[in-house]
Amino acid sequence: MKLAYWMYAGPAHIGTLRIASSFKHVHAIMHAPLGDDYFNVMRSMLERERDFTPVTASIVDRTVLARGSQEKVVDNIVRKDQEEAPDLIVLTPTCTSSILQEDLQNFVQRASLTAQCDVLLADVNHYRVNELQAADRTLQQIVQFYLERAQKKGELPPGKTEKPSVNIIGLTTLGFHNNHDRTELVKLMESLGIEVNVILPDGASVTEIQQLPQAWFNLVPYREVGPLTAKYLQSAFDQPTIDITPMGLVETARCIRAIQKVLNAQGANVDYEPFIDEQTRFVSNAAWFSRSIDCQNLTGKKAVVFGDSTHSAAMTKILAREMGIHVVLAGTYCKYDADWFREQVSEYCDEVLVSEDNGAIGDKIAQIEPAAIFGTQMERHVGKRLDIPCGVIAAPIHIQNFPVGYRPFLGYEGSNQIVDLVYNSFTLGMEDHLLEFFGGHDTKEVITKTISADSDLTWTKDALTELKRVPGFVRGKVKRNTEKFARDRNFTEISVEVLYAAKEAVGT
Amino acid sequence: MTLAKPQTQNLEFDCDTGNYHTFCPISCVAWLYQKIEDSFFLVIGTKTCGYFLQNAMGVMIFAEPRYAMAELEEGDISAKLNDYAELKRLCEQIKRDRNPSVIVWIGTCTTEIIKTDLEGLAPKLEAEIGIPIVVARANGLDYAFTQGEDTVLAAMAHRCPTSKQVTTDAEKEERSGMQKLLSFGRKKEETAAAAESEYRDHPNLVLFGSVPDPIVTQMTLELKKQGIKVGGWLPAKRYTELPVLDEGDYVVGINPFLSRTATTLMRRRKCKLIGAPFPIGPDGTRAWIEKICSVFGIEPQGLEEREAKIWKSLEDYLALVRGKSVFFMGDNLLEISLARFLVRCGMTVSEIGIPYMDKRYQAAELALLEKTCQDMGAPLPKIIEKPDNYNQLQRIKDIQPDLVITGMAHANPLEARGINTKWSVEFTFAQIHGFTNARDILELVTRPLRRNNSLRDLGWDKLVKEEATV
Repeated sequence: MKLAYWMYAGPAHIGTLRIASSFKHVHAIMHAPLGDDYFNVMRSMLERERDFTPVTASIVDRTVLARGSQEKVVDNIVRKDQEEAPDLIVLTPTCTSSILQEDLQNFVQRASLTAQCDVLLADVNHYRVNELQAADRTLQQIVQFYLERAQKKGELPPGKTEKPSVNIIGLTTLGFHNNHDRTELVKLMESLGIEVNVILPDGASVTEIQQLPQAWFNLVPYREVGPLTAKYLQSAFDQPTIDITPMGLVETARCIRAIQKVLNAQGANVDYEPFIDEQTRFVSNAAWFSRSIDCQNLTGKKAVVFGDSTHSAAMTKILAREMGIHVVLAGTYCKYDADWFREQVSEYCDEVLVSEDNGAIGDKIAQIEPAAIFGTQMERHVGKRLDIPCGVIAAPIHIQNFPVGYRPFLGYEGSNQIVDLVYNSFTLGMEDHLLEFFGGHDTKEVITKTISADSDLTWTKDALTELKRVPGFVRGKVKRNTEKFARDRNFTEISVEVLYAAKEAVGT
Repeated sequence: MTLAKPQTQNLEFDCDTGNYHTFCPISCVAWLYQKIEDSFFLVIGTKTCGYFLQNAMGVMIFAEPRYAMAELEEGDISAKLNDYAELKRLCEQIKRDRNPSVIVWIGTCTTEIIKTDLEGLAPKLEAEIGIPIVVARANGLDYAFTQGEDTVLAAMAHRCPTSKQVTTDAEKEERSGMQKLLSFGRKKEETAAAAESEYRDHPNLVLFGSVPDPIVTQMTLELKKQGIKVGGWLPAKRYTELPVLDEGDYVVGINPFLSRTATTLMRRRKCKLIGAPFPIGPDGTRAWIEKICSVFGIEPQGLEEREAKIWKSLEDYLALVRGKSVFFMGDNLLEISLARFLVRCGMTVSEIGIPYMDKRYQAAELALLEKTCQDMGAPLPKIIEKPDNYNQLQRIKDIQPDLVITGMAHANPLEARGINTKWSVEFTFAQIHGFTNARDILELVTRPLRRNNSLRDLGWDKLVKEEATV
């Protein structure tokens, strides 16, 4: 048992449902108790989805507990097949069905005898994998199912497309800015003269799957969802994979160069260098931003980065390499992928943290006191509490992170967006600092910047006035140091004298 | 179409497949931990439960809540780990960090399936760590949404002391927190004497149901006007203030989903249940007070005028809803009371979906619904227990109601198809009880109507391409 207040990645079935609901004409049926269909609320609310989420539950209740699901699951599959006529129904196990150990595979087989559609059992174990791993696995499972069948029936279209083409794999519903990234990636491929063969799974229909092998290569923009599918395609069809996330200028260029290499190996004879140069120097504003005096002011500022592997790693590199910001700590909650993450970021930050414990990262932030945080919604709230600005760069996210306007994180426009995000986070801090420096209008009481308890010490009026004269961005630290000093010496009241004694003692 | 059917003489009940969307009953921790200030809720379940809670609670999760998950791992499921030792470790940690007056264990589907004997473990651990542990099995196998509160309160009912157990004056004072509340800072001696004379002589009355503190005050004052003294409230603000309950005391529920609590109070605590409609809407509130008065043989004072005055003040909202039709998909058990109120407001209700219908506990409410429909010349609604959302969507498509009260899973898709919706969950979290808050209910009900009035002329009401298959 684990005492947990919050979690970064959801349970396995959420990943499966994200894949199923990304496809067109795919319906998921969860084997779950009443109330587990919360996914529908998230999809409908966060994505402001106009259509009914194609997820229903085959309810596990007392009767099921006593006698087993018997006909229920099969009936529900057959019923949904008649009502919605989907191409595929994915039977989705949950934590409950994991321990009931019913033979769901048997239900699937029985149902597929009657149903017009295909029926699959998502091969995910609730207690072994999380949302992201399950999504990765389910996508691969569906792809493999359709390709193997087409292969067996001899229905696979032969050869590659005439022009260079790509499959973009891993864009899903409820993915962080995935819909905007999609547009940006398609635009990028267009500019490179590459045809987009299939985009998976977002908006795809399962009938498109058999076209996958026709692409010249696969692009997997995110680390979390898609690698297993690409790996399968590589081994079964010898299709090369590009798994460099084109996030930030340097990585985007690296990704494009990798594409160039892959295409030229297949005889395309392309040279993307002029394109990269033109985009980097004159189209995107990110390179120019790095050079501008605004960015100069950010040099050496401290930042903490935390999120999923993809976004946390890319962000760390952008901050350190492209903006000269001092990343004190880079972290991820993707524990299962820790080695990759360490390898990616080690040279760009002082410390790496791999943890699923939001308290641990919160405490780290409190200790480090960075000038800005780039993290998930949880870090944004830590930042709020500590009065540190935070840019949200990764899931878990809430409705604000599903903007209606165009906000990609990938490609050249993505780099522009990231510049704004980073700069706006820091300027807020800077503005605050200038206000303080020139005696601004801030008359608010200072509060303790600790996560836990309020201060048990009293400050005299004079000492408080003195404290207010300390510039805002270090005031919290001065206050804490003084209080620590006072506590160590058993003072209960903090006067101006104590304040200065503390200052001398710690040299703040 | 279905609306125009000739009226039946009695309410019609039906039961469908139970394929509907609702919140998991563990969601009750969200409002109960706030209500019971010295409690800590430990939900013993899986990542699925945790994910639901953290998403459903939204921002509350960031405010250092007094609830947590005891997240079961593979070792717990396969009994490689000893559940007693594990729970002890976690509860000791909670005691160290938060020092609550009670720890409430919320049993989930998983603890049911692996048959963790929470009720057996709790007393042992309670003795060992010195904090009361209350066990409530609020799981999705058995219950829907608000019924979670019912399971918690039913478990708490066992913990209410009897007057024999409460000996010191200080404790008596604490347990009947109402008096403090009503004296508004007047000197104690004065109030004690004065207050007593304001009340009629009647047996001890305890109210059950968790409502926000302002509602507690309002309802207590409302009864005080009739000379009825509220002897306590289950739950109280603090666990240590749970009301005194003796055999023969009277109890009355404030919410329609508290049937287990009512049963427990009657059977185990030997209390007498006052079966009344629920104080939702001015009509319900008046009926609720009248019923309590009648049980105590008190002639109610000024209620008719009070109700009329409230209705009058609602006229601007009533003009909006009159003649409109409403469809309840059903997910929180408030449906019967809300439907009854809305019929009185002049709306017609075609269907009341409801997760679970306790015809005994809700008898008075059902009777009032029937009477209200007759009074208003409205057709009697069909009550569908354990509804099937898919079938309901077909009916909604057919009859095109003016308003659908539904969960968040269906709200946006329905709006995109030009159907007004109101999220049902809001009725659970808004203050809807008593005379004072009738306006709040109508504020919620009319919001989509008002919003769409302002957008009416834009011609954008259908925002999906084909008449999609609902």
